Amino acid sequence: MERKIRVLIAKPGLNGHDRGAKVVARALRDAGMEVIYLGMRLTPDQIVNAAIQEDVDVIGLSVLSGAHDTLVPEVMRILKEKGAEDIKVIVGGIIPDDDVKKLKEIGVVEVFGPGTLTPQIVKFIKEIVAKG
Amino acid sequence: MFDKGKLNELRIEVESWKSEINKKGLDKKVGCTTLSGIPVDLIYTPCDIESFDYKRELGLPGEYPFTRGVYPTMYRGRLWTLREYAGYGTAEETNRRFKYLLEHGQTGLSVAFDLPTQIGYDSDHPMAMPEVGKVGVAVSTLKDMEILFDGLPIGEISTSFTINATAPQILAMYFVISLKQGVQLDKVQGTVQNDILKEYVARNTYIYPPQPSMKLVVDIIEYCSKNAQRFNSISISGYHMREAGANAIQELAFTFANAIAYVKAAIERGLPVDSFAPRLSFFFGCHNDFFEEIAKFRAARRIWAKIMKERFGARDPRSMLLRFHTQTCGCTLTAQQPEVNIIRVALQSLAAVLGGTQSLHTNSYDEALALPSEYAVRLAVRTQQVIAYESNVINTIDPLAGSYYIEYLTNEIEKRVWDYLQRIEEMGGAIIAIEKGFYQREIAESAYKYQKEIESKDRIIVGVNEFITEEIKVKELLKVDPILRERQIERLKRVRDERDKNKVKEALENLRRAVEKGDNVMPYIMRAVESYVTLQETTEVLKSVYGEYKPIGW
Repeated sequence: MERKIRVLIAKPGLNGHDRGAKVVARALRDAGMEVIYLGMRLTPDQIVNAAIQEDVDVIGLSVLSGAHDTLVPEVMRILKEKGAEDIKVIVGGIIPDDDVKKLKEIGVVEVFGPGTLTPQIVKFIKEIVAKG
Repeated sequence: MFDKGKLNELRIEVESWKSEINKKGLDKKVGCTTLSGIPVDLIYTPCDIESFDYKRELGLPGEYPFTRGVYPTMYRGRLWTLREYAGYGTAEETNRRFKYLLEHGQTGLSVAFDLPTQIGYDSDHPMAMPEVGKVGVAVSTLKDMEILFDGLPIGEISTSFTINATAPQILAMYFVISLKQGVQLDKVQGTVQNDILKEYVARNTYIYPPQPSMKLVVDIIEYCSKNAQRFNSISISGYHMREAGANAIQELAFTFANAIAYVKAAIERGLPVDSFAPRLSFFFGCHNDFFEEIAKFRAARRIWAKIMKERFGARDPRSMLLRFHTQTCGCTLTAQQPEVNIIRVALQSLAAVLGGTQSLHTNSYDEALALPSEYAVRLAVRTQQVIAYESNVINTIDPLAGSYYIEYLTNEIEKRVWDYLQRIEEMGGAIIAIEKGFYQREIAESAYKYQKEIESKDRIIVGVNEFITEEIKVKELLKVDPILRERQIERLKRVRDERDKNKVKEALENLRRAVEKGDNVMPYIMRAVESYVTLQETTEVLKSVYGEYKPIGW
């Protein structure tokens, strides 16, 4: 049997706006993926550990508070430190264009802002996982 | 109101008219609904409100059941308060933004706190560091509060505080600086959100489990009712649940179910209902469905009046008044073609005004991208001023009353809200419904449905799934300078070094004893913050007794 794509959805930091994260989690599940919804108020460490333990292909981080500038690089650093850079990281939330550029420079594969339609995310994840 | 015979004739006429249209297939919107799913017909006539009884359902403004408005003269007596929610970086920046807003005609203040402040972390806590000053102003000690209100007329202006889990500390700080400015507490005007129940459902800035949190909510209600009688001791909020995905009916139902839980808790404390109920206030969102939103506000007033009079036996009419703040719904803002948001916000604001709001925040057009720039927030203020001063909509009260559609929707929303309230009651009330995840599931379901409707184009959002065009970038986005965090942390350290350590120790010990005994914490927290005890230090004391809330799973 073909292995399902495994995605971890998490909210690092203290931001509690989880509407987007939950909608995306459900859309991915409805698209046949295995979704681990880790919740909120998480440290980058907790997120990376869970991602490794759950053997996911993709981490989806949702941040709407503006704290992505420190929290996302921290997730990327810990992933590298633990030799888990093969896990792809996507980010959603309120991320200004200049920051999108910076996040991509440190290895985030895509940033999905407000107004993104979930089929775009599903398609994107399928493609990057297929590419390996 | 309507003659039965004439109504029957009319009904026959309307039905045949409709079937004629349907036969020809001219109606392209068959099956359309309001945003909350109420079917919307081609036309409304007296047949849709056949048992309409003016006196019973509407009354006059300022009279039970207050459908037409809570005050006899409404905006002819006094405009709504123009109150923009603001705050970022340190107290200095936010103080400057407050002064800028007042210069441009704002008439009330509203403080946005950063997440560490809302969750009880000092700015130098490891969990706090990435979030300092990001979504609001950082306040760790009284020093920050002093700077925040420096040069602002506390005695003359009302200020709203969006603070919940740490409401006792923040309110205590405000009361202490008011006293320092020579303003007695019974003269202080404003609102503290102090609505913890919705935090477990949406927004999520809880700290302690629901039961001890409810105790703190009632501590504030009690303290204000005895000491700060002009201060709204709670702002029971539907806004955040709406933003999380709830529709208009769920927004009202969950808000009122929570309100009932607070009133019960305050009564159980031994407070007579009329001693605190006049200072309960509300906060709702205003979404895109223009008429539904207006009807929602009207229905809300009627429902609340009935709850207070019939269920809780309130006698003072002020206890029955649904006084509310409105914010245009942030979730309707688009990052695509952001300037179009100005139009959305204008329509939503108009609905809020036609719905009789007491206070209004208009979102800025750039808020799907960042915190608002000065330019954007000024435009938001101007939007309210155009409605207030140019449109003439304020010249008569509740101008849409008597519209068949509006009255039908008002009745229908009311009915559907009572149904929800009944279900929640049967579950054992708001707290149990929340602990069981009932609100959360209902809201997640509505949010997903809304998203799917956009994706299938059953719902058109201009610039998102239709009328897409090449983007012009917004030039000046506000960015919170990282240096502000360093300054905030430096100040915090200085305060910790310079304060009287014995006083701090004593204040914390007294607070601990009071918490363990179950006394009202407010006087003890006021003494603590006065001695520059930090937000986190007091929170730790409460946590050690109350424990921490662990959220339920997905």
